[in-house]
Amino acid sequence: MTQFTRRKFIQLVGAGSATAALSACSTSPSVHTGRYGRKVVIIGGGPGGATAAKYLKRFGHDIDVTLIEPKATYHTCFGSNWVLGGLAQMSDIAQTYGALQDRYGIRVIADTATGIDTTNNTVTLASGETVSFEKLVVSPGISMRWDSAEGYSAEVAETRMPHAWQAGPQTKLLRRQLEAMPNGGTFIIVAPGNPFRCPPGPYERASMAAHYFKRFKPRSKVLILDNKEAFSKQGLFMAGWKELYGDMIEWVPSSEGGQVERVDAQKMTVYSDGGFNEFKGDVINFIPRQQAGAIARYTGLTNDTGWCPVNQQTFASSTHEHVYVIGDASIAGAMPKSGHSANTQGKLVAAAIVRALDGDDPVAPSLTNTCYSLLAPDYGITVAAVYRFSDGSIKGVQGAGGVSPADASREFRTQEANYARGWYAAITSDSWG
Amino acid sequence: MTFTRRIPVMAAIVFGGMFISSQAAAEASRSAVLASTCFACHGTDGKSPGSIPSIAGYPAEIMEMQLRTFRDGTRASTVMDRHARGYTDEEIRMISAYLSKLN
Ligand SMILES: Cc1cc2nc3c(=O)[nH]c(=O)nc-3n(C[C@H](O)[C@H](O)[C@H](O)COP(=O)(O)OP(=O)(O)OC[C@H]3O[C@@H](n4cnc5c(N)ncnc54)[C@H](O)[C@@H]3O)c2cc1C
Ligand code: HEC
Repeated sequence: MTQFTRRKFIQLVGAGSATAALSACSTSPSVHTGRYGRKVVIIGGGPGGATAAKYLKRFGHDIDVTLIEPKATYHTCFGSNWVLGGLAQMSDIAQTYGALQDRYGIRVIADTATGIDTTNNTVTLASGETVSFEKLVVSPGISMRWDSAEGYSAEVAETRMPHAWQAGPQTKLLRRQLEAMPNGGTFIIVAPGNPFRCPPGPYERASMAAHYFKRFKPRSKVLILDNKEAFSKQGLFMAGWKELYGDMIEWVPSSEGGQVERVDAQKMTVYSDGGFNEFKGDVINFIPRQQAGAIARYTGLTNDTGWCPVNQQTFASSTHEHVYVIGDASIAGAMPKSGHSANTQGKLVAAAIVRALDGDDPVAPSLTNTCYSLLAPDYGITVAAVYRFSDGSIKGVQGAGGVSPADASREFRTQEANYARGWYAAITSDSWG
Repeated sequence: MTFTRRIPVMAAIVFGGMFISSQAAAEASRSAVLASTCFACHGTDGKSPGSIPSIAGYPAEIMEMQLRTFRDGTRASTVMDRHARGYTDEEIRMISAYLSKLN
């Protein structure tokens, strides 16, 4: 059996990597042979996967890094609400893989991973090609739960009720619908229950829509129907909405009819409380519940929550050896599903993999998150946290982090709005540049 | 004479600097993990491409002093106080030492 596996491995990947694999099994340790051609493959070129790729090259020596991502241009979700509000263009949120290739020598394969073979340590691509790995990082982001409400489907999302929760064509569709909406119209945002990608995202989106309406369609309304009772930075959002937009934005919690159970795409109506409440919108942004990206589910990396359990010290999968899961797809203790979280997890997993390949113990994790949200072009707020690993999970450091002060001046809010743009420039260059 | 002697000295400084820099980056240490969290906002190696200030090039003691004053609130900030409070004295020393070795 062993012979067979080895021979097959040699056939697949050639002599160089096979030497590394064999030396890892052999009893006589040879640091140089062990280091030669160490192969790490990454599935997904979002902030998680791109950062992991870049930092594997920065932290490690002679690591052969391959990134698999089907899109030549990745549009960040962060900043996509700014596009909806008319503050930015799609080109402002477009990222590409040229720098990772040219400056760091990362091999980028423009394809979709369709399978993971953990016996032979290979990834299968849609093209039929297989890529072998010693360690694999999976950062596929989210996929939608199309069963989030009766009458809702992928087709409804692509035509009448975009989610715009993955940036790209969905963002453009929602922006076009907002532009076509008449003055005096109602824009409904249906927000999902926890956990989901970007906890402050729906509320920043409501703010950006209100900013656009205030200038061009001042009699319009933004109605948020929420499948939960409370939301991220709620106090700051609500105070800011009142100050900036009067009563243009209305928020309905789940207990007061916000829990949408059924949608009718033809009638552009959504229903809650067993049909007791119905809400008609001119534009409806239905944000469904979510789960880990499809590849993680098809390969058994998820548990019954639909997300991927990991060792939260290293992000090694709890189900597959040599496989690591980061970003939105992973269950990362107290960390929210954010681009900032994915970026910081990309660095930690890079260090964890370099150390595992070198035979060193993992380091104590240090992770951070900050979610900047714009309520208006000159009005920004944040929630921040620094995280540690203790008693088996990632926890926020007591006394650190928290939200922007409630009583801050307008100047402070303007500064945070400027830093929000600075954060975008920094995190995108730190991930893809 | 003076002229010919200066050139090798300058070259040594330049090469010395590059060597330290690549060595500091190319380690998967606790310090590297701690300090690289800063780069999401301040840019890779602390070189900012946008409105958040760059933090590259500070001597370790100056960086330590800045992080302590953010942490204890004597220096006003929008968000650095909330981040700095997440680190112990020892961690602040590790972060500052690592950052001071980058170019
Ligand atoms: C409206 C909105 C606003 C947001 N604002 C912020 C913000 O201000 N700050 C913040 O920090 N976060 C924000 N976020 C959250 C942030 O966008 C996500 O948390 C982040 O993108 C997660 O990164 P990831 O790498 O896990 O996944 P993704 O970014 O989803 O990347 C996954 C990548 O994997 C690829 N992929 C999937 N399956 C495969 C496969 N089988 N083979 C190959 N490739 C595959 C996909 O094409 C994709 O490019 C926002 C999100 C939304 C929706
Ligand atoms: C959420 C983004 C964010 C993170 C993460 C972050 N900073 Fe900052 N930093 C800022 C901002 C914004 C400022 C400007 C001061 C303010 O308003 O908070 C700043 C200011 C600073 C300054 C003052 C620079 C000057 O020239 O005035 C230093 C030093 C600094 N940060 C160091 C660090 C270090 C070290 C880390 C990592 C441990 C770090 N920062 C992490 C956003 C961040």
